[in-house]
Amino acid sequence: MIRVQLEDFDIGAEIAALKAGRSDIGAIVSFIGTVRDQHGAVSAMTLEHYPGMTEAELTRIEAEANARWKLQACLIVHRFGTLKPGDNIVLVVTASEHRDAAFDAAKFLMDYLKTGAPFWKRESGPGGARWVEADAKDDSAASRWNKRAAE
Amino acid sequence: MRVLYFAWVKEKAGIAAEEIEPPEGVATIAELIAWLKARGPEFANAFAKSEVIRAAIDQIHVRHDAKIEGAREIAFFPPVTGG
Repeated sequence: MIRVQLEDFDIGAEIAALKAGRSDIGAIVSFIGTVRDQHGAVSAMTLEHYPGMTEAELTRIEAEANARWKLQACLIVHRFGTLKPGDNIVLVVTASEHRDAAFDAAKFLMDYLKTGAPFWKRESGPGGARWVEADAKDDSAASRWNKRAAE
Repeated sequence: MRVLYFAWVKEKAGIAAEEIEPPEGVATIAELIAWLKARGPEFANAFAKSEVIRAAIDQIHVRHDAKIEGAREIAFFPPVTGG
């Protein structure tokens, strides 16, 4: 399941909902990305996105994870709008019978989301505002999964 | 076709969305960028580093050599920085 929302999320409530009524899950892995103040340089972060394509892209990434691993549940929640340091940005939860699939799929989802989902961060602080530049490390993290698939 | 701009491409172009009718001969994303750039200084500036700009046709990522024929919605944006 994927959601794109302005509101914050509650990881405890999300995991409880994902587990509700199920006894087949053996491993749950979660990741939360949060806003850093970068030693006082950032006082706010605004996330712009491409409504429609964002949902389509997250759905595609989730389907890709489900094709690669036997997952029993998968959740991606990504926020947009203006956030403050410490605020939640993104939540990924994966569930599987054994831990390896859940760990690997969670990392895959984050790596792919960072290079494919149409979000753009703009940071503002005492020094003014700037668009965050894409990090080449994110591209290499995502491409590693392609190499693995080709091996 | 509808064209959308996001993040600093939108800021520099000074517009978020518009309807355009490119002339015949504008067949690919790269050719559409060249045509857009020639429309005025804002667009020339927005697309100055055209090699870094990403494009989507009907909400799917495409390369600059993708054909635009039949596209309903084309979007231009910087490399994504979510997550």
